[in-house]
Amino acid sequence: MPHAFDEMSSADGSVRPAYETLQRWLASVPQDVLDHRRKEAEFIFRRIGITFAVYGEQNSQERLIPFDMVPRIITKDEWATLSKGLEQRVKALNMYIRDVYTKREVLKAGVVPENLVYQNPAFRPEMNGQRVPHDLYVHIAGIDIVRTDPDTFYVLEDNARTPSGVSYMLENREIMLRLFPELFSMHKVAPVDKYGDDLLATLRSLAPHGGHEPNVAILTPGIYNSAYYEHSFLADKLGVDLVEGRDLFVKDDVVYMRTTEGPKRVDVIYRRLDDDFLDPLMFRRDSQLGVPGLMSAYRAGNVTLTNAVGTGVADDKAVYSYMPDIIRFYLGEEPLLPNVPTWRCREPDHLKYVLEHLPELVVKEVHGSGGYGMLVGPASDKAQIEKFRAKLVADPANFIAQPTLALSTCPTMVEKGVAPRHVDLRPFILSGSDKVRIVPGGLTRVAMKEGSLVVNSSQGGGTKDTWVLDA
Amino acid sequence: MLSRTADNLYWLTRYVERADCLARILDVSQRLSYTPVTYGGSTNEWASAVLTAGCEDEFIARYGPLEDAKEEDVVSFLAFSPENSSSIRNCFEVARTNARSVRTALTSEMWDVINSAWIELQSFPNRALTRDELSRFLAFVKETSLRFDGATFRTMLRNDGYWFARSGAQLERADNTARILDVKYHVLLPEKEHVGGPLDYFQWASILRSVSALTAFHWVYRDSVKPWLVADLLILNRQMPRSLAACYEQLARNLDDIASAYGRQGPSQRLARSMQARLTNRTIDDIFQHGLHEFISEFISDNNKLGAEITEQYLT
Repeated sequence: MPHAFDEMSSADGSVRPAYETLQRWLASVPQDVLDHRRKEAEFIFRRIGITFAVYGEQNSQERLIPFDMVPRIITKDEWATLSKGLEQRVKALNMYIRDVYTKREVLKAGVVPENLVYQNPAFRPEMNGQRVPHDLYVHIAGIDIVRTDPDTFYVLEDNARTPSGVSYMLENREIMLRLFPELFSMHKVAPVDKYGDDLLATLRSLAPHGGHEPNVAILTPGIYNSAYYEHSFLADKLGVDLVEGRDLFVKDDVVYMRTTEGPKRVDVIYRRLDDDFLDPLMFRRDSQLGVPGLMSAYRAGNVTLTNAVGTGVADDKAVYSYMPDIIRFYLGEEPLLPNVPTWRCREPDHLKYVLEHLPELVVKEVHGSGGYGMLVGPASDKAQIEKFRAKLVADPANFIAQPTLALSTCPTMVEKGVAPRHVDLRPFILSGSDKVRIVPGGLTRVAMKEGSLVVNSSQGGGTKDTWVLDA
Repeated sequence: MLSRTADNLYWLTRYVERADCLARILDVSQRLSYTPVTYGGSTNEWASAVLTAGCEDEFIARYGPLEDAKEEDVVSFLAFSPENSSSIRNCFEVARTNARSVRTALTSEMWDVINSAWIELQSFPNRALTRDELSRFLAFVKETSLRFDGATFRTMLRNDGYWFARSGAQLERADNTARILDVKYHVLLPEKEHVGGPLDYFQWASILRSVSALTAFHWVYRDSVKPWLVADLLILNRQMPRSLAACYEQLARNLDDIASAYGRQGPSQRLARSMQARLTNRTIDDIFQHGLHEFISEFISDNNKLGAEITEQYLT
């Protein structure tokens, strides 16, 4: 594996200009002050209740995501490139999904193979020919970005269903402002706290019809969901009701919520519930979390669901590999942010290559997420590789493979002082009927273990505050 | 507001209030159990604690006859038992679950009290507590409810959410005071043999203690503790925050605030006003003449009925 690019220090030991002040500060602060503030940060997180649940783990129902106090710095120019690329990518995603559920020109033109759509478990035949308000599908996207050298930011993954993590982006900043006000006085950091207003403006712009003030609600599966903290956090920031399925009902194709003053009409639902659970009359009949009749109100055009139903057809890892072509097809532009080279194991010659090079590749499930069910070749022993090989051969179409990228590293607080650790970045892109909004930065996730490339919180990854410098 | 949110707020405050009441009952029982029998200490004080908490059926099913109730069993059942749905531990668990479900309707200060209490609760050992530990635990519970009430009072917007939260607390508080009276009414009846003896004094004082009103009693009546005055203080005296009259004054006002915000009166407002009137236009002599026990039983049942009306009108 090639030597990783460190975002603070060059190979010759010199410090990059954007990090100079931070580096001097880090060198001057005594270790016990840092230790003390780290404890303070943990205490605040636990006290506020910013926790998440890890499925399948007992006795640790509520865990903290490790928070790293060293901020990650992105320059203004780097962010300008990134945000343009993100906007382009989300625009193409929206056009692709609309096409897939209406004219299917992309399939007719042979840009994307038909079976990637029709045999995709996230494809929703119920959405065929269905117009959605303002022709937008992915209103809230989380695009995962990794960096390998000063000039290259790759898109690693598109999240077009219900991307999470934005509450950590906002809380991390709040905590940093509390713990290290002096650092903010030394840097011009672009603020992120407008996200709540941006999200509300986006959601309101998506209401199915004008006339009255749209009533927006956030739909949560409930307090046992791993991201419940985020759902309630957002409802609070937006000042909208946080509803569960049982708080809503549908009458004459209109959605209402049960209030102490009787039924109240709902126009926009930011749902943090998977398609499968939305409506027991349409999807999973055993769903206790959904709202019977919701889909019929949706199809009648009386309510906007964000994100739209069926967006999963655009964000699995097999479709990902076609994204550069999808961007070219709809926008007539070259992608501003490159994809990581990807082998689709569904194609025999790709599979052959992957099987021959397993020890150097990362192999992922097409529909996997959260870092589960993947193979990191260079970090695995022979037995693990052979076990994975058997899984891969049994169902090649379920996997894609990528080279093991030398993800960039950032200075991170570890047991013994500060050391480089691998990071990625998830910016959040909001697409309203009026415009696209992106707050500068996003959520930086960091692999806390030395050498580890897996940043997912379910696998022990942590988070950092992300600074886009305004000058 | 969402009916579920109102329901959660209403029950959240009820559970905090219930935990507080249980802590005071345990406190008083512990005190009485140290008092020599000749001074009014009694061997079945722990049984009456179970009766006051209103969970005698569950207790008997688990530990056998009430008259044999042992201190350690009662303490563990009322304070910690996961099997007792109204144990202090469960009250805090449910309160926090409710609080998590309605975090957006709480101020961060209110959440902080509930969440910190829940975290601290985990630090108490899961075994029989020593008397020191128990005292510390009971103090912690009482302090939590004080902090929670304070946070509610000082930080919450005065709108329907606040009124539902306060209504839950007042309804629960009225129920608790009435239960204490219901279990102890016989020691307040004047025809008892040793009127004025040390035995009665300790019983009466313990009733006052269980609602934190012993000091208040002397300030209000400037008299020695007498049973009809104890009853007057806890039932009719509007200055005493735990009296039935004070609870209903607040409750009727909160429900009227909700009604005027929503522009509509309903059955719960009417019932609350009629109960408030019943507590205003009476003297303690009337009540004793018509039967203290009957009065209290009827009150408990009407109080429950009001809870059902509120649920029906707003919370479903």
